[in-house]
Amino acid sequence: MIELIVNSALLLFLLIVAIAVVRLRQLLVSVMMFGLYSLLTASIFVVMLAADVAFTEAAVGAGIATVLMLAALARLPAEKEEARSRGQFWPLVLVTATGVLLIYGTIDMPGFGNADTAAHRGVAAQYIENAPVETGIPNMVTSILASYRGLDTLGEVLVIFTAGLGVLLVLGGIHPAIGSRLNSQEGQSSDTQEQSG
Amino acid sequence: MTDYLILRVTAKFLIPLILLMGLYVQFHGELGPGGGFQAGVIFSAGLILYALVFGLYRLTQSIPVFVLKVLSSLGVLLFAGTGVVTMLLGGEFLNYNLLAENAVTGQHLGIFLVELGVGITVASTMLLIFAVFADQEGHD
Repeated sequence: MIELIVNSALLLFLLIVAIAVVRLRQLLVSVMMFGLYSLLTASIFVVMLAADVAFTEAAVGAGIATVLMLAALARLPAEKEEARSRGQFWPLVLVTATGVLLIYGTIDMPGFGNADTAAHRGVAAQYIENAPVETGIPNMVTSILASYRGLDTLGEVLVIFTAGLGVLLVLGGIHPAIGSRLNSQEGQSSDTQEQSG
Repeated sequence: MTDYLILRVTAKFLIPLILLMGLYVQFHGELGPGGGFQAGVIFSAGLILYALVFGLYRLTQSIPVFVLKVLSSLGVLLFAGTGVVTMLLGGEFLNYNLLAENAVTGQHLGIFLVELGVGITVASTMLLIFAVFADQEGHD
């Protein structure tokens, strides 16, 4: 009962924040709201006892993603207040139709927490039975991610690596001497700061 | 940003704790929630806080962008390299059982190395992305 109340409250907040992200016109506030959205999602994961997922969501979604978005925002030119366009009838129809179809699709999904679903009857039982014995590691999530699903995790790391590579090629590649530019431009002010501080 | 005294003092107090927390999550991931991914993110968050308060220049002075580039590839190399080593030992890619005489010890060692690789790559790549974004600020 208490779990139902907590879940409903969290989902309600999630809905409010999601609407706020779309409705708000300032990008800075939207980014902050995104962070809040991730934090709420992390809380829902905690209620579901998925501590590892909640940890990742809080650290990545609410933490580093927000900071990186803010850093990216700082590069944008000053915001211009855009006139809200009106009379967009067909986009609304399209979005509503997609929404209805998606909700229709969820009808086929198994019930929340249903133990008889394919996901729970497949390899999960084997992992629960064998993981602590075969790897000797108490945290089953770690043993699944790093050992049983090691190749998937390698792919995940490669995604991160590729993201960094992409950012470097797009933004850092224009000025190859990114470090030396920093030295010449910010070095002076930082040095004087050090002496006074 | 560097003029805010309270911010500087608080950041100096917080940053070591955040870095310590990152290391704890990295090496305690086998026992509690967490692992290389979360640890890398937390570790980089501590250093990004440093860059935000004391300036990116001070950060890239201690950790040059060149080092970040090397580290971000090194983590992937450590991960994939562990897999190659297990292949050379006569097993499948990422079959940690062969890393030691005992299969369980091998799993421990393999997971430790792999998680370390994840942590190194995630931490350095996040810092790299932040440095590239923050460096361009107001320059063009």
